[in-house]
Amino acid sequence: MLDLLARLFGKESTSSKDIARERLRLVLVHDRSVASPEFINALKEDLIKVIQQYMDIDMEGLLVSIEGEDNSVALVANIPIKGLKRAAGD
Amino acid sequence: MKSRVLVITSGKGGVGKTTTTANLGTALAMQGKKVVMLDTDIGLRNLDVVMGLENRIVFDIVDVVNGNCKIKQALIRDKRFEGLCLLPAAQTKDKSAVTPHQMKNLTNELRKDFDFILVDCPAGIEQGFKNAISGADDAIVVATPEVSSVRDADRIIGLLEAAGLSNSKLIINRLRNKMVKRGDMMDIEDILDILSIDLLGVVPEDETIVVSTNRGEPAVLENSSRAGEAYRRVARRLLGEEVPINAQEDTSNLVDRFKKMLKLAR
Ligand SMILES: Nc1ncnc2c1ncn2[C@@H]1O[C@H](COP(=O)(O)OP(=O)(O)OP(=O)(O)O)[C@@H](O)[C@H]1O
Ligand SMILES: [Mg+2]
Repeated sequence: MLDLLARLFGKESTSSKDIARERLRLVLVHDRSVASPEFINALKEDLIKVIQQYMDIDMEGLLVSIEGEDNSVALVANIPIKGLKRAAGD
Repeated sequence: MKSRVLVITSGKGGVGKTTTTANLGTALAMQGKKVVMLDTDIGLRNLDVVMGLENRIVFDIVDVVNGNCKIKQALIRDKRFEGLCLLPAAQTKDKSAVTPHQMKNLTNELRKDFDFILVDCPAGIEQGFKNAISGADDAIVVATPEVSSVRDADRIIGLLEAAGLSNSKLIINRLRNKMVKRGDMMDIEDILDILSIDLLGVVPEDETIVVSTNRGEPAVLENSSRAGEAYRRVARRLLGEEVPINAQEDTSNLVDRFKKMLKLAR
């Protein structure tokens, strides 16, 4: 009965279409980033620019990727630090 | 009227490219347009049987691009409409039997005689896909309301854009209203949200598609076919008419119809 009510009010959280939509959203974030290496490269370059203002980083060892977990997608960046810069004004 | 080369594509197989090509081609011919349908699914010829023209094939698309015959000799005239023709795929060769360059020349040649050149694309993103899109002005992407199909459509839209076809339109095929209503199928909005391309039409899941394919008579010829009606609307939309997208509710039910009116009035 509760189930029926939930359905009537459109609150059925496990309706299979919602699951489908959510899975699609996640898989496409990943697909689209992989399909477009230029996107990741542009992001990488901008990241470097910003981070270099604060620290010396190892550009060779820098890794940026988009990875899917169970129900989320994460931007994963591994950026080895060589040293910190002094705070401005020091 | 300037002729248009439209490729019907999907990425995923079996979602209704050939069905769409046959029905759209026929519907445009019903509107008095000169239409040629190209089957580029080399090795897996299908459009001829869907159109009921399989017994008339002498030459095919590979014969044409290799210069074994003239285009006119290979074109099969439809039995029902004078302005409607089919150029069948070869059955014995593979997808590498045609090059993108040859396809481009072929479609350009056909522009001289036809208003619409509809290219039925094979499934996949390999050589056959590259051939099929190489002469096209625009693409029609067919997808069903399923995760795998929409995902592949997204990939295809990206590849089309990379190839300079950035004005693709979407046909959602096999929509089941009952399932949408009970929350077990993605609806039109869900799909458009995800793919962010323009909608060209919505075709319901419909048994008349199977019956018409059995007979070799496209569903648009059947007045009472709901899928046929959807394709007739797509054709009118392609010709610039403003036809509302009708999600093809089951209007046989009076209560439903009334509910719909109320919804519209809101
Ligand atoms: N709206 C519909 N309602 C019911 N059946 C449909 C509908 N659209 C397509 N079908 C059926 O689905 C099957 C696949 O359709 P079709 O051959 O047009 O797909 P396709 O994308 O061309 O496939 P392929 O990738 O193999 O070329 C056919 O059996 C067809 O009759
Ligand atoms: Mg096909």
